[in-house]
Amino acid sequence: MGQQLEASVLGMWVFLVTEVMFFGGLFMAYILYRSLYPAAWLAGSHELNEVLGGLNTVVLICSSLTMALAVRAAQVGAWMGQVVNLILTIIFGTIFLVVKYFEYAAKFEHHLVPGPHFDPARDPAQQLYFSLYFMMTGIHALHMVVGIVLMLIILRMAWKGRFSAEYYGPVEISGLYWHFVDIVWIFLFPLLYLIGKHH
Amino acid sequence: MSHISSKGLYYTIFTTLIVLTGVTVAIARMDLGALNTPVALAIAGFKATLVILFFMGVKYNTPLTKVVAASGFVWLIILFGITMGDYLTRAWIGFPGR
Repeated sequence: MGQQLEASVLGMWVFLVTEVMFFGGLFMAYILYRSLYPAAWLAGSHELNEVLGGLNTVVLICSSLTMALAVRAAQVGAWMGQVVNLILTIIFGTIFLVVKYFEYAAKFEHHLVPGPHFDPARDPAQQLYFSLYFMMTGIHALHMVVGIVLMLIILRMAWKGRFSAEYYGPVEISGLYWHFVDIVWIFLFPLLYLIGKHH
Repeated sequence: MSHISSKGLYYTIFTTLIVLTGVTVAIARMDLGALNTPVALAIAGFKATLVILFFMGVKYNTPLTKVVAASGFVWLIILFGITMGDYLTRAWIGFPGR
């Protein structure tokens, strides 16, 4: 069983490396266009709500803690610990998406969505910033939705008592995915919300 | 992989991550000139390392898994390095027609 778990963890990491490369392309676009249009990046970042962004950062770190505790509970065969921490993880993930919904709604109201309705008084280069903002946070949010569905499946398995000290691979593997999505946000928060706050 | 971390370790990592988030926000308000983004990225990198080593348990994984986990970030540096090496140096060399 130990060898099976090692193989599963290795396989998950190979998948996560492809995910790193996937998000890496977007970060590459961010670096390049920020170097070409620094002023548009500062102006765009000023329109983001850093309080909501910061709140979501804290929410995701909380969810990572409960996720780690859920894996630990599975390792020691604690049914209650698994169920409670998985439910908390799902709740934190949902809070994140609800906050994100309100942020997106505000962007639509303020005509900050790239396209024909983009505020004509703004430098068109800012559309690049907002395109990347929506693409990066949007794909991140999509990963959160996938993560929540994954956690619901794991919760169902945990509820039925499928996991024990001998067999807890699925919790561990799903946890790796969840933490990875948290790491992406750890980089997105300062790069999108906090640049130019000192101006 | 059968390593079980103590709850105390997880709470310590969690507290550190929250404190560093506060530090990131505080530093973003200070004018460090060109250093603002590098400092923010250094803190984010440290936070990510804590998550990878302890929450994801890579510290207790096999050497093979450690190498695979690190490889993703090595390739990321190659991607960023070579692409920006190209774009940032294009203006250095003049050539006919430009």
